[in-house]
Amino acid sequence: MATPNQLVLRSDVHFQAGKREDILDLWTQNAADAGVNVRYNAEVNQVSGQIGNFSLTLTSGEIVLGETIILALGTQGNPNLMRCDGSTLPHIQYSLDDPAAYVDEHIFVFGGGDAGIENAMGLAADPAQGNIVTLVNRSSELARAKDANIKSILSAQQAGRIAILHETTPSLIEPGFITLNTPQGSQRLACDRVIARLGSPPPRQFVESMGVEFTSESREAFPKLSPTFETTTPGIHVIGALAGYPLIKHCMNQGYDVVEFIAGNTALKPADEPILEAKLKNLPGNRTVAEWLEFLRTEIEILSGLSALNMREFLLDSEVHSFDADEVVFARNSIGSSLFGIADGGVLVQIDPNNAQVTVPISAGSIFGEVGLISGRRRGATIRASVPSIVMEIPRTAALKLMATSPEARAAINRITTERHLLQIFKSGMTPEDLADILATSEVIEVRAGQAIITEGELSNDVFIVRSGSLVVERTIAGNPIFLSYLPAGSYVGEMALIDNAPRNATVKAAVKSQIVKLNGSTFEDLLKRKPKLAATLEASASTRRKINGFIEQEKSKFGSVVDMYSSVAGFLIEQGLGEATDVLLIDEKLCIGCDNCEKACADIHDGLSRLDREAGKTYAQLHVPTSCRHCEHPYCMTDCPANAIHRGPDGEVFIDETCIGCGNCQRNCPYDVIRMDTPPAAKPSLLNWMLFGAGPGPGEPDQKWKLAHKQKGAASAGKVAIKCDMCKGKDGGPACVRACPTGAAIRISPENFLSVTQLGQRR
Amino acid sequence: MSRPPKTNVNRRTRNDHHESFLRHKNFLWLKRAAGLSLIAILGYALIDVRPHPNGGSAYGYTLGILCTGLIIWLMLLGLRKRAMTPGAWSLKAWVSAHVYLGLSLIVLATLHTGFQFGWNVHTLAYVLMMIVIITGIYGVIVYVRLPTALGANRGEVTQKLMVEELVGLDRQLSILARPLTSDLAAIVLVSVDPKNIAGGVWRRMTNQHPNCKTRAALDQLARAVPSATDAPILAEIQTLLDRKASVLKMVRTHIQIRSLLVAWLYIHVPATFGLLAALTAHVVSVFFYW
Repeated sequence: MATPNQLVLRSDVHFQAGKREDILDLWTQNAADAGVNVRYNAEVNQVSGQIGNFSLTLTSGEIVLGETIILALGTQGNPNLMRCDGSTLPHIQYSLDDPAAYVDEHIFVFGGGDAGIENAMGLAADPAQGNIVTLVNRSSELARAKDANIKSILSAQQAGRIAILHETTPSLIEPGFITLNTPQGSQRLACDRVIARLGSPPPRQFVESMGVEFTSESREAFPKLSPTFETTTPGIHVIGALAGYPLIKHCMNQGYDVVEFIAGNTALKPADEPILEAKLKNLPGNRTVAEWLEFLRTEIEILSGLSALNMREFLLDSEVHSFDADEVVFARNSIGSSLFGIADGGVLVQIDPNNAQVTVPISAGSIFGEVGLISGRRRGATIRASVPSIVMEIPRTAALKLMATSPEARAAINRITTERHLLQIFKSGMTPEDLADILATSEVIEVRAGQAIITEGELSNDVFIVRSGSLVVERTIAGNPIFLSYLPAGSYVGEMALIDNAPRNATVKAAVKSQIVKLNGSTFEDLLKRKPKLAATLEASASTRRKINGFIEQEKSKFGSVVDMYSSVAGFLIEQGLGEATDVLLIDEKLCIGCDNCEKACADIHDGLSRLDREAGKTYAQLHVPTSCRHCEHPYCMTDCPANAIHRGPDGEVFIDETCIGCGNCQRNCPYDVIRMDTPPAAKPSLLNWMLFGAGPGPGEPDQKWKLAHKQKGAASAGKVAIKCDMCKGKDGGPACVRACPTGAAIRISPENFLSVTQLGQRR
Repeated sequence: MSRPPKTNVNRRTRNDHHESFLRHKNFLWLKRAAGLSLIAILGYALIDVRPHPNGGSAYGYTLGILCTGLIIWLMLLGLRKRAMTPGAWSLKAWVSAHVYLGLSLIVLATLHTGFQFGWNVHTLAYVLMMIVIITGIYGVIVYVRLPTALGANRGEVTQKLMVEELVGLDRQLSILARPLTSDLAAIVLVSVDPKNIAGGVWRRMTNQHPNCKTRAALDQLARAVPSATDAPILAEIQTLLDRKASVLKMVRTHIQIRSLLVAWLYIHVPATFGLLAALTAHVVSVFFYW
């Protein structure tokens, strides 16, 4: 794994992202040049003693003495080894670097986890390699792996590209053959290579045996560390992945720093100091980086649980802004999913979009922007500073990490979110005190896709707020469920029954996995009695819904089949992921002439690689959803990006920036299969050169042959990077696919506009 | 002062209207082209050119320059659709204008001739232009009528998948045929021919494949009397061949529709270049013989 480009490498040992072998060779060379003592085959079993006098007992029984210890073990530990006769043969390997390096081999991959599945898929990916790949799994199911990996290997199995043997263990490995114990008995099979991905014991137990304490019992917890990476056992330091920093350059810098600290250079600033200094230099207050870290940590409530090291890491991901009085922090309807914490000053939330005077204050120490963080939707209100303020902007991924690691932060954010959500929705001069009762009875429920929270005809009066995900409203007419409307995150539903005191007149179900806040109906009714203005607001929105219901009834009698059609098309689109989409490319097959100009335009405007596959994807009623990014509310691709290279842009586009390290996590996490890993081809000759003289491959993505023949100079070592739709970010005129469609078949839509019953009959 | 990056509250200009190229902006270009033609007709009727209307009069020249300009602009569509430059243009708008302005040439260029035709390069240019327009009209017709059939035929199968399935079926057939007696195997292997998919231009467009080798293999197998050992294999082969025949039908229909969608361009575009040559000759000769 490489690292963010902005970080300078301090270490005397060099590093250049590239092939594993090259990096290891370089390090071996550097270590030898620097005269570092390296002991190979020296497994440490036990560490005893204290600072200045540690003794390390090796497996061989030998004892090594040391004054200080730096642990850079990673989190993986040593791989579990194959345990059968012949397990020391050279064709057994415990890692796989380049699946493309093996051709025409019978390969057995052991291990039903993600690593095993990904290796097996990699080896079988290209049929031209001619490998016969078998995945051997000890248990009866592939339960440990990620859903996406399981799905992809099962479909590869169905397609006959991979064989999977369950409940099978090896009994003998010989050159050229392997004998397996299968549920059907013993089998001897041809085998040229064994790849064992049997997991590895986490090193925590070993580390704890040295007296090192961890921050919590959780499996994700890291050792407690001082700002100099020292553990609770003086003289033992931890760096790298085990300390919570999985990137190589980070780890190399930490190694350098720790050695300097141990050598007595206590004045040394961490490698990221210049980055933090640059971030903080324009702020008022004349504080040093260390003072800023402490100031932010103590002033902002949700950060109080962080250590100095965590805080440092956290600030690297975040930004600190200063605002003058009355300056806008963000505007209503702007895109953004970051969370803001107020370190100094205060802000005003403009709750009435039409009147800047109607505001609610938020004071120092508290947070705002949490609705966008949780729902992924546009900002619901304009926020300005009330006095000169200092505000920390925490990006979504960092905020989620914070919520995952600090239970106090999570509880605080959740409580504030629900309260603000209510204030924002009901806007009628409510105060947090008014909501105390209803907050006390509210609960956050998780619903899976398709699960109903309200059923037509039932007698209930709870009110629901969509916190994340989305809901669909359906109504049964003549025995068929008719799609009425789509409720994105941030909307509320269920108030009609309360106002009309009638049974539910529609069914409301989750379109995708959603988080819903359930408000107790009776408590809510009390609130309405106390707050006539709120009742009026609700009555107004209820009357719009009544109109839509009336419209449905009326249209239904006129042209029922059109309504049915609309309803089933909407259902299809929801199935295709529109329920969580913000912007999606659709193709009207009544107009598509199959010219692929959309794909060609996409490749031409984005350095030669198309980000969409027009033909692939599902079709219903001549509406085709091609394989192309839906720009999900909560992008799956963003969830596990080690380089933090995936962002949401100002137009809502989810894009990958140039810091991508090509790890492929986003590709595996995307349920819609719209991310590809590839190397951009060399620049093509100009269009006129092609038209007049036939130079180059012509418009669109060059074919594989041309790409290989014209490899970019210097790109030989450049690896693949993740490529996906960025909605032609920053390009004047908007998405190229739509602009390049000659017939108007390609359109981009956002679901809340498209999935509304008022659109009925307006297609085309 | 440091500030969060500016956020763009108003979204970019977006083309999310769902209108076909013919209806683009509520028939904007139809209206413009019709207006242009109407003005030209009125001009022709009102301006009294002596001895009789011709391309050499002031009005004739105006129309001639207009037509030449239009023809050159219409030709630029070929560049436009391949040059994915930034900018707020839409190819749909270009196609819409191309269709309607191209049709208006029927009126404009005919008026420019003053209805004087003969066996010369001038009339040649006119005839070539009409060929281009007529093939263009055919193009519009197929663009409107065929896409639905294209989508309906392939369902959710992509062209790549169709070819992959055929290759896979062929591989299975050759493996299955191995244990058969040589004459039976020969019948089966007849169908395994990667070149026997689409055929030449005529076969592609008509989708008539009387020499389909898969069909032939099926017919011959139906008449074959297999031995007891071959019979179960043949039954399996029969299923595969039936499957192959249905995939072939889909591929061939796919190819047929796609061919029909582009075939007209093989007249439309070369005729355009012929027109450009004839037009150049026409313009040069007119000025030469001024």
